[in-house]
Order: sequence, then structure tokens, then C-alpha cells
Amino acid sequence: MSVISSYARALAVQTGRAQPVATVRHVHLSATPMVFIPLKLAGEAAAPLAALVGTDPANPRLLVVPQPRNRDLRFAFMAELADVMLPYIEGFAAVTETVEAKTPYERSSDAPQLLVPNRGGVAFTKLLGRSTRFRRADGPYPVHPSVPVLGQWLTFLAERAEYAGSSALVALTEALALHWATGQSPMEDANLATQLAWIAPPEGQNGPEAALAAEDPLTSPPAGPETHPDFDGQVLDHAIRAYESSGSPAQVREALRTQLEPTWALMWQAVRLLRGLPEAATVDARWAKDRDQFTRETARLADGGFPRGRVDGAVSAAIRLADLESALQTYEAQRAFDDPLVMTEHRVAGKAFSGEVVAVDATRRIVPPGKTRPAPRPLVTIRTSDPVRLSPGKRLFSSRNRKQKTEIVSIAGDLVVIQINDQMGRGSTPAPGSVPEVGEIVCYAELDPGGGQRPRLPSGEDTPWTHGGPPAPYVPTDEDAQEAWS
Amino acid sequence: MTRLDTLRGPAAPLDHNARTIAALAVNPGCDRRALLDAAGIDKQRTATHLGYPAPFGQSPFAITRAASFDALVKANGCAHLLRLLRDTLDLSISEASYSDISDVGGSDNHQVRHTRTRALLKRAASDGEGAGTLFDHPLLKLGVAGHQVYLEPAIIAFQIEGRFHVVEIKSFAVIDDQADAGQVAAAARQSAVYVYALRALFASEGLDPDRVSHDVVLVCPKDFANHPTATLLDVRQQLAALDRQLSRLTRIDRILDELPVGITFDIEAQSPDEAAKAVSTVDARFAPECLSSCEMALFCRAEARDSGSTDMLGRTARDELGGVESIPTALGLADDSRLPSPEQTEIAEQLRYVRRIYIEAVA
Ligand code: SF4
Repeated sequence: MSVISSYARALAVQTGRAQPVATVRHVHLSATPMVFIPLKLAGEAAAPLAALVGTDPANPRLLVVPQPRNRDLRFAFMAELADVMLPYIEGFAAVTETVEAKTPYERSSDAPQLLVPNRGGVAFTKLLGRSTRFRRADGPYPVHPSVPVLGQWLTFLAERAEYAGSSALVALTEALALHWATGQSPMEDANLATQLAWIAPPEGQNGPEAALAAEDPLTSPPAGPETHPDFDGQVLDHAIRAYESSGSPAQVREALRTQLEPTWALMWQAVRLLRGLPEAATVDARWAKDRDQFTRETARLADGGFPRGRVDGAVSAAIRLADLESALQTYEAQRAFDDPLVMTEHRVAGKAFSGEVVAVDATRRIVPPGKTRPAPRPLVTIRTSDPVRLSPGKRLFSSRNRKQKTEIVSIAGDLVVIQINDQMGRGSTPAPGSVPEVGEIVCYAELDPGGGQRPRLPSGEDTPWTHGGPPAPYVPTDEDAQEAWS
Repeated sequence: MTRLDTLRGPAAPLDHNARTIAALAVNPGCDRRALLDAAGIDKQRTATHLGYPAPFGQSPFAITRAASFDALVKANGCAHLLRLLRDTLDLSISEASYSDISDVGGSDNHQVRHTRTRALLKRAASDGEGAGTLFDHPLLKLGVAGHQVYLEPAIIAFQIEGRFHVVEIKSFAVIDDQADAGQVAAAARQSAVYVYALRALFASEGLDPDRVSHDVVLVCPKDFANHPTATLLDVRQQLAALDRQLSRLTRIDRILDELPVGITFDIEAQSPDEAAKAVSTVDARFAPECLSSCEMALFCRAEARDSGSTDMLGRTARDELGGVESIPTALGLADDSRLPSPEQTEIAEQLRYVRRIYIEAVA
């Protein structure tokens, strides 16, 4: 949230339609995403109730648990889900490409992408992974062998979803909110139906009318994972009883189909809307990271890799936090450099500025601190009307050349002087084009696409004794495999 | 008949519960809610009558699950609970007596039950005996906006050596030692209300309020099983917030004084339009959070929308728009079609700038 998006929300109210907060698409959209709408039983931690899942908009697969309190039926549901998901996920491992790097390596050319309606869908995917990844196909309470494999994959996807900029598991309400400001509150934007109503109201309706209509639980049932309390009391309860007395799941299936199908249509509508935006410059690079991770996980599982433990050790938790932080910084910077509209948020905050170059001292040479020989350090003067809140010495980057380091020299009135520090070729004067020219419109920001400074952390084996010493790697236990799921 | 009774009409007054007080404290600026609650008006029925039924409810499955978990924890003379209390509070008690105050001599009269609660708690506090006691369903009272309300007794008060702990049983799961942050926060806010009320009772009996611990015992199912686990929840922060917010509530008498004479919210006696008009005479302070915490939310949201209030975009948006109250004003300042008042000059300048760079970037 920023004053820009708040202003856009106000505009949305005035115009009766959502307003853009991005000019390009910042999420990767697979050519064949798998849409997954899971439902759970109210009041239970992780009792799956139903799911609508598939890659073909015209052909969703409906899975239900006719008695959600029955553990065997839940595992049967998970086995069915594995039946749909595993071929999709594992199929991407077959085609690889060679990545040119210091040590060239193989990477999957494409990777699975799971689309869920909202954050709740991501959280529930994680719980489903947690409740199945330790299970075993033998011993007491055996499950179908595919169940723990699916559990590992769901855990992997939910884990990826924590990294900013990953598109492996995407909550569509969040993807939409990255691109459009509606005339309702961010809290209400978690409702896919009303959010879409503001973005693309049906013919003859404006956003607020359509959003109001989309709040009717009869026409727009909740997108899950919770179902509507009235539906639970008036329909589902009876349907489950009918299953118990007749043994036929037909009534439960029909009831849940009515709750899921409207969301299914909305999910694909959201996909179409997002596809309508041109892809941002760095989306591909971020998706390559997702493909890297997918390739590694495939190899790990092929080697019989253990499921992820219940909790992280001290060092892996610290490394993970640092990774998450760095991914977030990189993503924020990339998004801003990819999209002038996103950049406005940083300009308003005084962390970035845009303006015209009014003077350039391209031949300036100084002896940089810590060096002995003079080197080119051109000065560029920019006139801006942005409220710059940066101090001299601050390191800046620009979308002209995202690797080039520059720093603020002085700010006086609307004139900002910056010094260019590298990326100017090897000559004694800067290479042509490496320094902005008078008249050019430029934008500099305090955002580091390199992800900022990483703290130096020991590897897992070197965990200091103060943090419990090297963690024992997780080894699956019988207890975990037979954990109660009541 | 008091004025509040007139406002409510012939319907029986509703009890407050920790959830309603916590919600009230979250939105202390709302006179409407404060008044409706003080009068014990059924907001759910009122909202439905006005044509804006509450946007939330509870699933029968969730209710059943909560009840069965509660029963499990209390089964066999609270065997599970005692074990958990021993572990979390590090006690060596082998047993504790149990008294249920939900039904005093066949009477569910509030006054009777509250008096009984007071007497029992006071005796336990002054006895200082080593033995533990569990008091189930204590009926507590709390002063809200200068008005005494009863609190729905949804907790257990546990006494050991003259010290008291609030025990709250919730049916959301703690998985791998982690629970949903939103639910834990809500539980902490609600438990704080009980600690607060219990301390108030102590103070009024001349006992040291600090004998009621700020560490609440939260009992939840562990992982995916039905097995209970307990955690200590420090609610000091919530207590401080509650104290601050309760003191900020406008006193009910002040709100009453500003009401037109003869007004009532009685839904039996009025058409939806008349009732809506009556409710609208009391100031509201809508925020999107109301949608999950107050039965009147859709009515108040419609009102906020009709008046073009920035409230409907959320608190953050409202603050970012410089606290300007109406959307047309904010946009008018931005496009220069409206002259800023002296205190708006700064925000007007910012909004003009925002508009300019927004248009540039979208183009
Ligand atoms: S919904 Fe209305 S009455 Fe309830 S707290 Fe919000 S503004 Fe006040």
C-alpha cells in the first residue's frame, strides 16, 4: 500500500472501475497452469472436503470426501488428488535444457504452476502437504504410495510461495491486486468474486454494482478453503447424512459442485485478464529460479530424499530468512525498474526520483578512496520535481543499466548531482552510452536488484554450539508416519 | 424503564461477551456500536431487519467441533486440563476441586450467578489454601462506557495458592508448535477481557488485582489430532490496549444526551426505513475490519459508500490520503477542482503531485 495505490482506489470509486497499479505483468503465467480450488471442513485443522482441479478450463475434475471426518476417505481423496497432480508435476521433469554457467547444468525447460484463489488456498495447500508427507505405504495405517509423494510436492510448492517473486504457487487474488486497485478495501480484495467484479464488471454493470451482486453467497459461493456457514448448515450437513445412510456420495458431490464451479470460472477469467498484460522484463529470470528449484527438488526426490522435517534447525532457519529477505529486495527492485507505475510508489516515498539530465561532467577523473590511480567518475546533474529523501553517499541504481553503481553527491533545491562509479568500459574516458546525456529522462532509485547485503552464515554442519550445534538431519520416524489425523 | 430499555424495546437484553468487548475496543470511535451493545440490542436481528444481514456466521460443523473439544478437555473432572495445568504452570498438584457456576440452585439469573461468582472467588482468594480450584463459567461484570455489563462465561478461572489464571479453550489447531496468528491474536484479545474483568472484581473486593495472572492458559488441539495441548499466553499488551481503549469510549450518557427525544431502535415497532433512520442518528465509524467483527457492518458500509467516505477503503488508505474524509474531496484536491482548507494545503500539494506522476506513468 502506498499513497499511489490509495489514490488509485479513490479513482476506482469515482470511475466505478478498478484502476491500474502496474503497466506490465509481474507474475509468470504458465501456458498450462493447474488450477486448484481446495475446500476444507469448517472447524477442523486440515480436513479436506473437496477440490476442483485441472489444467483444462472446460474439464475440471471434482474430488470430494463424502464424510470428511473419516480418515480413510481423506486419504483416498489425497490419492485421487495425487492421481491428477503427480503426472502434471512430474511431467515437467522430462524436458530439460542446458544452462550455460561456470559449470553448465541441466534445468527443466518448464515447471509446474499451481493457481489457487487466495492466501487461504496457499496455507491449506501447505497443511495438506504437512499432513501427508510423512505417511507411509507400509506399516500401520498404510496409505497409497502416491500420497506421501504428493505431500512432498505440495510442501515444496507452498515453500516456494513464501519467496517473493516466485510463481510456482500463486494466489490469484494477490496476483490481481499487484496489478489493479479496486474501489474496495484490501481486506475485501481477498474475495476473488468482488475483486474481479471491480476489474471486469459484466456488461451493463459498473464495479460497485457488480461487486455487491458478487457478495451474494448463492451466486458467488466463497472461493474457499472455508465454505459458507449457511451452506454447511442447510445443504452440506444433510448431504453428508444422506451419504451415511445410503452410501452414495452423489448428493455430497452435487452440493460441492455448486460451491466450486462458479469459482472455477472466475479463476480462468483472472488468468485471461492477467495474460492480457504484457510480461515484465524480469519475469522470465524469476521463473528460471522456479525452474531451477523444481529441477533440484525432482533430483532430490529421485534420490529418495526425506520429507522436510516438522521444524527447521537454527542455521537453516536463519539461512531461509536471509534468502527470503534477499528475494524480497530483489523482487521489489526488479518490479520498480520494470514498471514506471510501480516506480512512482518509490518516488512518492522519496526513495527514487526521475527527471531530466541538465549537465554532465563526463571527463571527470578522481582518485577513488582506497585507490592510488585516478579513474573516471563522471558527475551527472538531474533536475527533478520529486520529493527526494536521500542523503549524499547513498548508493543508487537505475533501469538504464541495472548493474551500474552510482551515488548521490549533493542535493540542492530541485537539482540532484550523482556520480557514476562503474560500468564505463576500460578506457580512460567512459564508453559511449555508459553515462546519461544532457536532455535524457532518467530515474534513479535506492533499490538494489542484487538483493542487498547477505549476512554471512555458517553452513549447517558448522552450527555453533550456542545454537545447538549441527542439527541432526531429519530422519523419518514411525511416530510421524502414523500421526493421528482425527 | 431506563433510556437504554426504551431504545431496545420489549426484547430481552443480550449479554456482552469477550468477543464483543474486544471488537468494541478495536473500534473505540464508534458510538453506534457502543450504544447498541450497552442497550443489549440484538445487532444480528437489527441488521437483518434493516436489510443488511451480518456477513458472517458460524458453521454448525465448527460449533460441534468446538463443543466436542471443550467436552474432551473437561471430561473426567477436567483430567486433561489438570495435566496440562501441571505441565504449563509447573505445578505439583495432584487434584483440584471443580465448581461449575453456570447454574446456581437451578437459577440462571445473572444477578444471582454473579453474586455467587464473587463469593466463591473471594473465598478462594482469602483462603489461600494450597489446593487448586477450577471455577467453570464464572459470570463476570465489566464497566463499559460508564455502564455495567455481564460477560458471557466462556472460560475457566483456575486458582492455586491464591493466584488465579484464566483458562481459555479454543478449537483451532496448533501444528508443529504454530497456530494461525490471527486466531491466536483474537484469543489473546478475548482472554485479556476476562483478565481485566477478573481484576476489576478483585479490586472492588479489596483484593490485590495482581493476583490474577497476565499469563493466560490457552488450550488447543495439537497437530491434526484431538489431543489437547496448552500454552501460556502473555496478554499484558492486550490488557494495556484494552484499558486505553475502554477509557476512550464515549460515555453512554453523553451519547444518550445527544439523541433526539423519544427515539427507539425497537425493530418490532418500526419499519426497516424508520429503524434505519433511527440507527443513523448515532455516529458510526466504519472500517473494513467491521466486516468480520460487527453485525451492523453491511449497513454501515452502505452508509459510508453513499457518503463517499474514505473509510470504506480501509484505515491505511484513509491515512495515506492525508486523513481527508471524503473521496470526492481527496480527488478534488488532487485535480485542483477544489480549494484546500488551510489545514489541507500540505496534503493537497502531495495529492496534486501524486496525480501528476500517476497520469504520466499510466500513459
Ligand atoms: S459496523 Fe457500524 S456499528 Fe459496527 S463497529 Fe463498525 S461502524 Fe460501528
